[in-house]
Amino acid sequence: MAAGSFFGSFDPSAFINALILGISIASIWLIAALGLTIIYGTAGVINMAHGEFIMLGAYSSYMLQNYFGLPFLLCVPAAFVIVAAVGLVLERGLIRYLYKRPLDTLLATFGVSLVLMQGVRLIFGSDPKYLAVPSIFTSNFQLGFVNISAFRVIVLAITIAAVVALWALFYRTRFGVQVRAVMQDKEMAASFGINSDRVYMLTFALGAGLAGLAGSLFGVLNIVLPTMGMGYVVQAFLVVVVGGGTLIGSVVAGGATGELQSIFAYFTNDTFARFVLYVLIVVFLRVRPQGLFAPSATRR
Amino acid sequence: MRASRRSFLKTSALGAGAAIAAPYMFVRTIDQAWGATSWIKKGEPIKIGLLFSLSGGLAVPEEDSTLVMQYAIDEINKAGGIAGMPVEPVIVDAKSDFNVYSEKTKELILRNKVVAIFGCYTSASRKAILPTVMAQDHLLYYPTCYEGAECTQNTICTGPLANQHSKDLIPFMVEQFGKKVFFVGSNYVWPKESNKNAKIWLEKAGGELLGEEYIPLGSSEFGPVLNKIRDAKPNFIFSTVVGASDIAFHKQFKQEGFKVDTMPIASLTTGEIETRAMGNEFGAGHFLSAPYFQALDNPTNHKFVEGFLKSKYGKNGTTHYNMEETYLSAYVFKYGLENTIKAVGIEGVTPRAIRDHSAGVRVEDAVSPEGLIWIDDQNFNTWLKPKIGQCQADGSFKIVKAAAEQVAPDPYSIYPDIGKCTADGLKAPDGKMRKSVI
Repeated sequence: MAAGSFFGSFDPSAFINALILGISIASIWLIAALGLTIIYGTAGVINMAHGEFIMLGAYSSYMLQNYFGLPFLLCVPAAFVIVAAVGLVLERGLIRYLYKRPLDTLLATFGVSLVLMQGVRLIFGSDPKYLAVPSIFTSNFQLGFVNISAFRVIVLAITIAAVVALWALFYRTRFGVQVRAVMQDKEMAASFGINSDRVYMLTFALGAGLAGLAGSLFGVLNIVLPTMGMGYVVQAFLVVVVGGGTLIGSVVAGGATGELQSIFAYFTNDTFARFVLYVLIVVFLRVRPQGLFAPSATRR
Repeated sequence: MRASRRSFLKTSALGAGAAIAAPYMFVRTIDQAWGATSWIKKGEPIKIGLLFSLSGGLAVPEEDSTLVMQYAIDEINKAGGIAGMPVEPVIVDAKSDFNVYSEKTKELILRNKVVAIFGCYTSASRKAILPTVMAQDHLLYYPTCYEGAECTQNTICTGPLANQHSKDLIPFMVEQFGKKVFFVGSNYVWPKESNKNAKIWLEKAGGELLGEEYIPLGSSEFGPVLNKIRDAKPNFIFSTVVGASDIAFHKQFKQEGFKVDTMPIASLTTGEIETRAMGNEFGAGHFLSAPYFQALDNPTNHKFVEGFLKSKYGKNGTTHYNMEETYLSAYVFKYGLENTIKAVGIEGVTPRAIRDHSAGVRVEDAVSPEGLIWIDDQNFNTWLKPKIGQCQADGSFKIVKAAAEQVAPDPYSIYPDIGKCTADGLKAPDGKMRKSVI
């Protein structure tokens, strides 16, 4: 009651809608950050080209749909494969020479991001592209006073599936054990016969693929443009840094930032919501620079 | 010690000042020494600068502006040029960076010696280059809509001002859909000033403003705003959201279950380009106010659309209001320059003289795709007919209302206490003149 009078008109059903929307915003923050979590968390590569991987995902979907007539639902996994392949090539050609110099990866991948952006502009032009989706995705559900858009549910479902799959991969497979071993101590893992070079290569490709997957979804929510990735890379880094570079950290950080953004926007407005959110993030990182769930092991 | 440091600082400051001023003084002196006051010479091409972004975030609209200017220049040259001289564009890339805009402006004026600059899309870039343009007493053709509240002797604008833009749209929407409206805009100067104007028209039409929300530029998350709109239940939405955000806004509008027939978006920006990028099903049913639509049914427009799309510049596959306003600026320049040459001869042509002789220049029905327009002889903006179009299922617009008469541009319509823009500067209510106000 006190809160109600403090914030002026407080409408519980509208607030519940805001909370539900918060989950959806959180899933968008999180799926944008998943790939980066893996790349940064495992290999310590500060991948500035992450936004451009997202952009490539959107463009691969556009290309497959427009030139090969692939239905949208198949474009999503296809975008994963294509961008993972791009990531693989990039890792073999450039990133693997930089693992010993993590700060240089920042500059190198920033350069890569510019190359990718201008390359796409050369091939596809700078006008915005359009991704068609089945009409069922452009509708919404209404359950009582709760309104949910179908596509937001799809994004949420894919995000949950991706998180579960990643967890299973890292904690229930032999490859996951190897990855975690390399994360903790690369030399020690190598001495036990783990091919750390191969682990890095595969995790980088996996991270890039996840960004491509996110891109194919963002192309529907948003717009397909060579510059579309620039906004997401900041978001993604915030989630990863606040989370501490672990999978669980990113899930919690993405969830918290999404909900906070939605709740602040409900009480005030969108501009102010972002202002408060970023201030809170800065304050949080001042108090806990290692993030929410930092890996306890030694890093290179 | 202290004294010597101070004198060192003084000397270096002087030196720095001289270094900055030197190029300008040098160029000016040479001009005076050679008596080279004429910016164009008989029989030589007339150079104009095209200052648009060909890369970066603003490339989407501005690349089209560059292409349509080249098309217009080709057309003018094919018809014999201006007073027998061909026009030659100097094309630069402003890279969506405001520092580059102002650097390139200096370069165009001082090195390339262009007689006029056509450029900018956002108000921010215009404000970045205007100090340079004014200091050189040069001439900027600003070929798009803007908020007004500016008065200089160095700009000619061929797009609608805020006072023209929403004048018909708001009463039309109130009449068709109801009195209750929600304003959504991008968070920068143009939407805010446009909304101030819209509120005046809304009050006159007896409408009611339920809410006003601004979204950060480039943001693509409209969930919170759409939730607020759902709770407020307006009859229509008035949008000044620009760029990529605008596309996300229309997409999420439909994805969140809003119905276009009961709550359409009335926009000042969502034209043919945006509709195509978002997909026709997301654009259909919404309204746009603009002086030009590709679907305008008149022989001049048919010729313009067909000619442009067939030309080597028409690869984007559409024409839209921003391109047409840019196209018009080329003809406003042509007629203005012809007037100037008639009045003072080729030797007397300066950028400022072109501007002064552009007062009242008309672009007739036979040339202007949107129909007759003319340049105001006081504030050098454009008299034009705003039109309202409704987006159809195929992405084209159907004109549902067109102003009967050309509407006067007035950059200070909502600030009568600041003054009135005249040809010689801003005239305050107490009679004081201020030469240039930006």
